[in-house]
Amino acid sequence: MMLTKTVRRKAAPAGAAAAALALALTACAGAGGGGDSDPAAEGGGTVELTLATVNNPQMKDMEELKSAFEEEHPDIKVNFVQMEENDLRDAVTKDVATDGGQYDIVTVGSYEVPIWAGNGWLTDLTGDLESDADYDVDDLFEPVKDALTVDDSLYAVPFYGESSMLMYNKELLDEAGVTMPEHPTWQEVADIARQVDSDDVDGICLRGKPGWGEVFAPLTTVVQTFGGSWYDDQWNAQVDSPEFAEAVQFYVDLVEDAGEADPVSTGFTECLNNVSQGRSAMWVDATVAAGLLEDPESSQVAGKMGYAHAPVVETEESGWLWSWNLAIPETTQNRDAAVEFVKWATSKEYHQLVGTELGWSRVPPGARNSTYEIPEYEEAAASFAPITRDIMLAVNPEQPGVAPQAWTGIQYVTIPEFQDLGNQVSQDLADVFAGRSELAPVLERAQELAQEAGDAQK
Amino acid sequence: MTPSRLRGSLVTAVTWVLVLAFFFPVAWMVFTAFKPEHQAATVPPTFAPDFTLDGFDAVFNRDMLPYLINSLSASVGSTLLVLVLAVPAAYALSIRPVVNVRDALFFFISTRFMPVAASIIPVYLLLQSVGGLDNITWLTILYVGVNLPIAVWMMRSFLAEVPRELIEAAQLDGARLGTEIFRVVLPIVMPGVAAAGLICFIFAWNEFFLANLLTAQVARTTPPFLTSFVDGRGQFLAVLSAAATVAIVPVVLAGWIAQKQLVRGLAMGAIK
Amino acid sequence: MTVLMTAPTRRRPRRPPPAGSGRARGLAVSRALLWPALATSIVLTQIPFVLTIYYSLQRWNMLRPGDRGFTGLDNYVSVLSDGSFLSSLGATVAVTGSSVVLSTLLGMLFAVLLDRSFLGRGVARTLMITPFLVMPAAAALVWKWSIFDAATGMANWGLGLVGLPPVAWNTELPMVTIIVVLTWQYTPFAMLILLAGLQAQNKDVLEAAAVDGAGALRTFGSITLPHLRQYVEIAVLLASIMLLQVFDPIAIMTRGTGGTKTLSYLLYERAFIGLEVGEAAAYGVMTVLVTIVVASVALRTLFKVFSTEGVGR
Repeated sequence: MMLTKTVRRKAAPAGAAAAALALALTACAGAGGGGDSDPAAEGGGTVELTLATVNNPQMKDMEELKSAFEEEHPDIKVNFVQMEENDLRDAVTKDVATDGGQYDIVTVGSYEVPIWAGNGWLTDLTGDLESDADYDVDDLFEPVKDALTVDDSLYAVPFYGESSMLMYNKELLDEAGVTMPEHPTWQEVADIARQVDSDDVDGICLRGKPGWGEVFAPLTTVVQTFGGSWYDDQWNAQVDSPEFAEAVQFYVDLVEDAGEADPVSTGFTECLNNVSQGRSAMWVDATVAAGLLEDPESSQVAGKMGYAHAPVVETEESGWLWSWNLAIPETTQNRDAAVEFVKWATSKEYHQLVGTELGWSRVPPGARNSTYEIPEYEEAAASFAPITRDIMLAVNPEQPGVAPQAWTGIQYVTIPEFQDLGNQVSQDLADVFAGRSELAPVLERAQELAQEAGDAQK
Repeated sequence: MTPSRLRGSLVTAVTWVLVLAFFFPVAWMVFTAFKPEHQAATVPPTFAPDFTLDGFDAVFNRDMLPYLINSLSASVGSTLLVLVLAVPAAYALSIRPVVNVRDALFFFISTRFMPVAASIIPVYLLLQSVGGLDNITWLTILYVGVNLPIAVWMMRSFLAEVPRELIEAAQLDGARLGTEIFRVVLPIVMPGVAAAGLICFIFAWNEFFLANLLTAQVARTTPPFLTSFVDGRGQFLAVLSAAATVAIVPVVLAGWIAQKQLVRGLAMGAIK
Repeated sequence: MTVLMTAPTRRRPRRPPPAGSGRARGLAVSRALLWPALATSIVLTQIPFVLTIYYSLQRWNMLRPGDRGFTGLDNYVSVLSDGSFLSSLGATVAVTGSSVVLSTLLGMLFAVLLDRSFLGRGVARTLMITPFLVMPAAAALVWKWSIFDAATGMANWGLGLVGLPPVAWNTELPMVTIIVVLTWQYTPFAMLILLAGLQAQNKDVLEAAAVDGAGALRTFGSITLPHLRQYVEIAVLLASIMLLQVFDPIAIMTRGTGGTKTLSYLLYERAFIGLEVGEAAAYGVMTVLVTIVVASVALRTLFKVFSTEGVGR
């Protein structure tokens, strides 16, 4: 692979310069060779791995540190393809579902892993991981690992895991003379947000960007703690229930009154920017954000943040459970090399490497128990590591809401149709955020779509 | 100053203001590309930044070069192929007698009307079955399909301008077909070929939809690669602007230099 | 694209072909010249479309690989009973229509302004064509993050300068952002074509009109505009062909929210986000049917314009 690639990249400009068709065609043919994985390469030459990942900070760190892996494994080269979360999902799902074989390693969420494993799209990693004592597979965070296990086989390993929590800027809250309880209710949070909100500072930042993994991650947890759900335990859609509507209306109103100006553009990244530049006073989102907010290099609010459990209404906890995981598609031609990299990027040594090279607050959280026993990490992450761990162990993916449900998962419904359903409803919701549409017709259509998807499960 | 001279200067001033307003987004992008990251997205905007090449540095550290080379291969390759196919076809349609000229022309242009998206599923699945995903040769071939109709139409208009006497004279001389095309016709329509080539090159270089869907890494071209500069770690506007600046340079320069060809090409040869 | 429509009627006879055996030989040679391009086009565009029809009759969600089979017209029933197709058709018409109209009007303005001779005209023209050359993906990214960003964008800063409140562009006015970007990109295109039209005007006629004492506006209205008609037709037609397929700014800026889900984006979304192969294919077939109607109207115009072998002689 390496060879064909080098040939192409040298030949292509020659084709351009010469403008001779024959030459250009040769150059193109050379390029084509680069497209296929050459099994022969695995024997002797360099193996090139293509890794598709989301453009989150921890993954950027991984790319920055990959040279350490490549030095240890001179015969393996890892190419990162980074995309926005929505784009990543589209690209990877399409590739894996069609046996496209363009990626050797994919970054997938805990939503996808059981579905994909059930379809036979991911390779079983159990043997590779258990046979390696140094890797210590039992050290992986239990609730996260459970979500990645199908019939006792592990199909992906967590790169980092997270729940959600409330993050607030202590300075801004102090100025307004309010204090945050450790277990706030949504009503308390909404009151504080409206109180703190001013011309310069938003009271709160909540995702509004379309996409089931964007706005519907926090919003589904809000629905659940308000007593609503997508489905009951018989796969009857519950989107038209008063609780669902009440929760969404509450969320939209809160954003309208005290939230960011441009909700439909706002996802995790945008909120992170707002909060870390002191433009938002509070934020309910992934616990993993704390490490980024506490990084003085990129954040102006490091050391000024407070953390509390995700706000609740009817339930005890309202945090979600999520992990970004590395998995290897069945279609890869380079499985052995891919396993090597996956193990490296999720190992204890990698956590040490991040800590020493980039700073201890940037260690990928929520993946390994041992991370929480590293003294340097405990110190650097003192303000958020204990609470992150508490929440992750406290949430209940079997029944996150008030009523029992037929699937395991908190901020999503673990059925293949959910991503399409969530995406379509979230697009309609953009009209509600903008005031172009009332909530009722949006939820009516959502109920229909949800029922269609629910019927497929019965 | 006479009133009419005054009015003239006024119109000139208005013209310049409007032109600069239109050019502003490009100028601002290039300007932002030379800013340090922390001055790129500020309120109010930073007009006197500490100029730096860090953005461009970061762009090439992220290994943009292979993507540019992929774009170049696909654009140049598809343009050459398109011309090789389109010039003879257009010649047949405009100079040599062919039945159903209109049907053929109609067919070509109708292929350009349909959204590429409508048959993207079979294209994707066919490529997947022959191992043609993430492969620059196949992307090049698809670009041929997209640009061929435009080139045929353009070349036909240009060829129609060639005086028939010239060709007839060549035929009477017993000149062979090859001679007829290469010695007599081609020199006359060379500017037209250049125009067609330029347009095909621009469209292929800028193409996003197919490139985004059908390539992942090895054959990924510049347009989909640009979107990866939107960074989850915070500020990215300077690097994004630098990458965008690099990405548009080839086509913008080509268009600036060949303005005359550009207008004829864009109008598919309808304008002399 | 599918072909089977009749070409518009001929409006004038073709040149008489050479007589006798020369004609037969000529035909054979011509076919040989035409054939490679025609075959390439057929293979690359017709075969996929035939397959699209086949897939549209299949029940196939890629996320359920086990459950696949022939389903008759079910996909069409669900496509037609769902409102998405019509609303996307509306979005396509709205986005394409307003962008084409605005580009042509602005293009006309710039063409007239840049037809005058003034200091730096060449530079002004060069700057003016640039937006059309900018890679659409780059344009969409720069407009989204640099201009329309609610917090740090230049648009809101500009509004602030004149005392207007900031706008949450992507939330409140997604359609406007798309149309602005497309108009920005296509105004130079319209301008170039209309400018060529202005330059091809018979200067004697204009001078005569001036001598007769006709004002500039009247001359423009009664002489220049009629002369430009064909150029406007070309500009509108070609811009429409290109804009009907618009995808990049929608994928990058709005993701189909707020009435910007054009047919291209809908097809992409059904196929590669919904992963509903059968349904997406049915949408594709429907789109092609609609396109054929639009195209046959547009193509009549096109043939009229082009049958004169170009304008502006």
